[in-house]
Formats: sequence, C-alpha cells, structure tokens
Amino acid sequence: MDFLILSLIKLAVVMGVFMTTLAYLQWIERKVIAHIQLRVGPNRVGPHGLLQPLADVIKLITKEGLVPSHVNLVFYCLAPIIAVFFALIAISVIPFGGEFTVPFTDIHTSMQLTDLNIGLLLILGLSGMGVYGVALAGWASNNKYALIGGLRSSAQMISYELPMALALVAPLLLVNTLSLREIVNAQDGFYFGVLPKWSIFALPFPQVVSFILFLIAAFAETNRVPFDLPEAENELVAGFHTEYASMQFASFFMAEYANMVTVCSVATLLFLGGWHPVIPDMLGGNYVASLLHLGAGAICLYHGLLQPARKWDKYTLPVFGVIFILIGLVFLIPIVQTILMPVFWFCAKVLFLLFIFIWIRGTLPRFRYDQLMRFAWLFMFPVALVNLLVTALMVALF
Amino acid sequence: MDAILFFVFAALAVGCAVSLVLQSHPIASALSLIGVMGSLGVLYLLLGGEFIAMAQLIVYAGAIMVLFIFVIMLLNAGAEPPGPKAKYLKFIGAPLLIVLMGLIGYFVQTQMGATEVVKFGSKSDFGSPASVGMSLFTQYLLPFEVTSVLILIAILGAIVLARKEID
Repeated sequence: MDFLILSLIKLAVVMGVFMTTLAYLQWIERKVIAHIQLRVGPNRVGPHGLLQPLADVIKLITKEGLVPSHVNLVFYCLAPIIAVFFALIAISVIPFGGEFTVPFTDIHTSMQLTDLNIGLLLILGLSGMGVYGVALAGWASNNKYALIGGLRSSAQMISYELPMALALVAPLLLVNTLSLREIVNAQDGFYFGVLPKWSIFALPFPQVVSFILFLIAAFAETNRVPFDLPEAENELVAGFHTEYASMQFASFFMAEYANMVTVCSVATLLFLGGWHPVIPDMLGGNYVASLLHLGAGAICLYHGLLQPARKWDKYTLPVFGVIFILIGLVFLIPIVQTILMPVFWFCAKVLFLLFIFIWIRGTLPRFRYDQLMRFAWLFMFPVALVNLLVTALMVALF
Repeated sequence: MDAILFFVFAALAVGCAVSLVLQSHPIASALSLIGVMGSLGVLYLLLGGEFIAMAQLIVYAGAIMVLFIFVIMLLNAGAEPPGPKAKYLKFIGAPLLIVLMGLIGYFVQTQMGATEVVKFGSKSDFGSPASVGMSLFTQYLLPFEVTSVLILIAILGAIVLARKEID
C-alpha cells in the first residue's frame, strides 16, 4: 500500500512539473527566438509575457474543435491521442536524481517513477511508436499537404532511427547496462579531481562523436529545425496537422515538446552523467544553485530598484528578485542541498540541451528533402557504424 | 494480477487478429496488426522476457509496421470491396480454420509435447539482455548466424527483383 501511495505522490509531482515545463518551454522558445531575431517576443499577458502559456492553454481549450467533413473520422481522432500518449509516457522511466530518504520519515525511495532493466529500450520503442500519430494524422486528414507531411515524417523518422540507435549503443558498451539508473551510476566520479567521468569524456574512448550524432538524429526524430520538413510552412501549410484545431492541435504540439524533453533527458543520462555534478563538491559544487539564484536575484533587484528601464520594472523586477533570493537561501539548507542538488544538476543539463535546440532553430535554415535523406544514409549511418566499431575495439582491448 | 493481465492482453491479441482479417481497409488492418504485436509484447513481458518484449515492440510494432503503413499511404490503397465468392467463403472458411488450428495444436502436443523449452539464462536473470545475448552467441550461435544469412539473401533478392522493374 505504501508503494502505491508513494508512487501516486511521485506521479502527481512529476506530471505537474512536466506539464508546466511543456507549457513554459514554448514561452522560453518564443522569447529566445525573439531575442535572437532582435524582437521582444510575447510581452502582453503578465509581466514579460509570463502568463502567455496560461492564456494559450485557455484559448486552445475553449476553442471549437472543428472536424472537417472529408476526413476519416476514427483515425483522425485517434492520431493526436496516439502522438501525445507515447510522447508523455516515456517520462516514467527517466531518473531525475539519486536515492534519498524522505525527511522526518524512514521512507527510502528514488527520484524516478519506475526503474526498469530495459529502460533505454523502452524509450526507443515508445519513440518508434510515436511515428504512428504523425503518419496517421497525415493520412486521415485526406489533404494532400497533410499526406505529404505525414509521409515525409515517417520516412525521416525511420531513416534517423538507425544512426540514433547506433549512436546510443556506443556509450552502452562503456557502462555495460541498459538500466538508466545504473548507466548514470557508472558515470560517477572525476578524473584528476576536476574532469567528470561522463561517457562523453570517459576512457578508453570518449563518446564525443556519438554524442553529436545522437543530437543530430534527435533533431530529426523530434521534427525540429533544420529537419522540420514534415511541417515546412512555406511548402506544406503546416504539414501533418494542417486540418487540426483546438486541443487536437495542442496535443501534437505537446507531443513535440514532450519528445524534445525526452531526447534531451536521454542525452543527459547517457552522455552527460545524469544528475552527477559538473563541479565536484570539494570545489564548492553544492553551492552553485544558491550562487546562481542569489546572483539572479541581485541583478533583478538592481535593475528594478536603481535603474528601472521601463515603468513597470519598478514593481515586477523586485518581486522576481526576492523570489530568486528566497530560492537561493533554501538551497543553502544542508538537507535540501543533499536531496535537491542532483535534481538541479539534471535539470540544468536538460535545459542547456533544450536551449541548444532553440538556439539552432534560430540559426539554421531548413534542409532540402534529398539533402536530408543523403545526410542520414551516406554520412550519419557510416560514421555511427565506424564509431561503434572503434568503441567496441577499444573496450575489448583495454 | 498476472492472470488478469494475461487474459486481458490475450483477449486483445485475439481480438486484434480477428479484426486484422475482417477489416476491409488496409490501414485499419495494419493498425490491428500493430495491436497484435503490442499485445504479444506485453505477454512476453508477463513471462519475464523483458528483452524479447522490447525487441518485439521496437522491431515489429515499431520499425516493420511503420514501413507497412508507409507503403499503404504511398500507394493510397483504398478499401477493398468483398469478392464475388465472399459470401460462401465466409461460411466455409471459419470452420475449416478451426479444424486446421485444432489439428496443428494436436500434432504439436503429441509429437513435441516432451521437447525441452528454449531457455535464455538461469532462473535469476531469465530473459535479461545479457543472458539473451550470451545464449545467442554461444549455445544458439549456428541458428542465429544461419538466420542472418537467410535475411541477407532475402535483402539481395529484393534488390534484384526491384532492379528488374526499373530496367
């Protein structure tokens, strides 16, 4: 019974945080892209547009769900459900932190919903199943733009799944397990006290090549720029979700962002050492979270109280400053530090990778379709194979 | 709990298999087949074969069926109208199928009832990726390699056939 209650609590926390992240990821993306393009971005709803995700959610829920008359109704309604189901369920095997004892009780648990022996394979399987949502949506819409979008997306996902899987196998040779928790545990520690023993730096063969290959394949798997051909606006209107409106459209959007979070988490767990610190505890790694928050709070207070650039900054920025300083102070409490610092490192790494996703969207143009296919089969696939062979050889020799 | 899950997913697998045959639209049939594969994966999981279950999900339900759906979408195949003899075949086919399944079951039970079950690994790490890999590369090396050669021949055959069409 304890197990059930504990799981339900963990589930509620993870789902709450995950859903909020998905909603705010869109705000972050719009803001970052806007600043890359020298615009301001959303700034009407709430201070600095912070309530924009909430407004979007209300808009999408209350909008009328139009069903065009020419669609195949069963598959048309099934497609967004498939897409969002397989995208969201993958979070259940991802570990966010190590094991810990809940304060004031003797319950010992881990920061993960379930620890499977085959966690990584499950994520691969789920990402493979997610293709059906996109393919079916394109086909059932009975619209040529949607169909081309769906076809492109399935061809692209099949092609890029191979180099992605091959790139994933190489670090697995170093850690020798498929359980995500043990993969992270195998990357614990530092070389010479400073360089972390993550797979990307690990001896006998640092996995830099497979990390880059995995990131490129991840861009293609999540249909992001420069591989967003399934929804190329200037050729295909909106691709596979052209005929969708309201919450059905929102499900595709949510699935895309959830897939982004999942691949970034997998990259973090496999290559970047999961929740292990970037800076060793000896050099004050435990205080990074406090310092960052206190610094952000100080900057907010300075700009709010002493140099307000806009009229409203006088009122909004000090509030944020106080919130940041409070978070920074909370991170100074030893018991909070031991429990939350791993989660902080994990989230920091995932957010860094997500930022790279957004950054590249603001930087690179889209590939042509033949370039996309040639790149996958003639470059990515051979390089991934050679990398795997070299890694296997090095692991066998040393 | 295991028994309940087994019956739920066994029923789902059989239901999807029946729907696969009865559906007139190729996409609906392909989706039913995915349902069969997925349910079989869960049944493997209930038996403790974690790796086999995931391989079933990734290879069959994921990769192969995506290709099926892709081809059906590309050819834009519509619903198939029932053939002229469909009425009679429906009545003859079902009993014949049941008789065939019964005969197969009977012969397997009598001829091979006492055969030893294929085992991957000991009881403690049964079905784990490590034990499956170990068995494949030691005890079952010959069947494994022969199967890969067979698949290679099939790939070459497909290329030869496709080339002829282009020329």
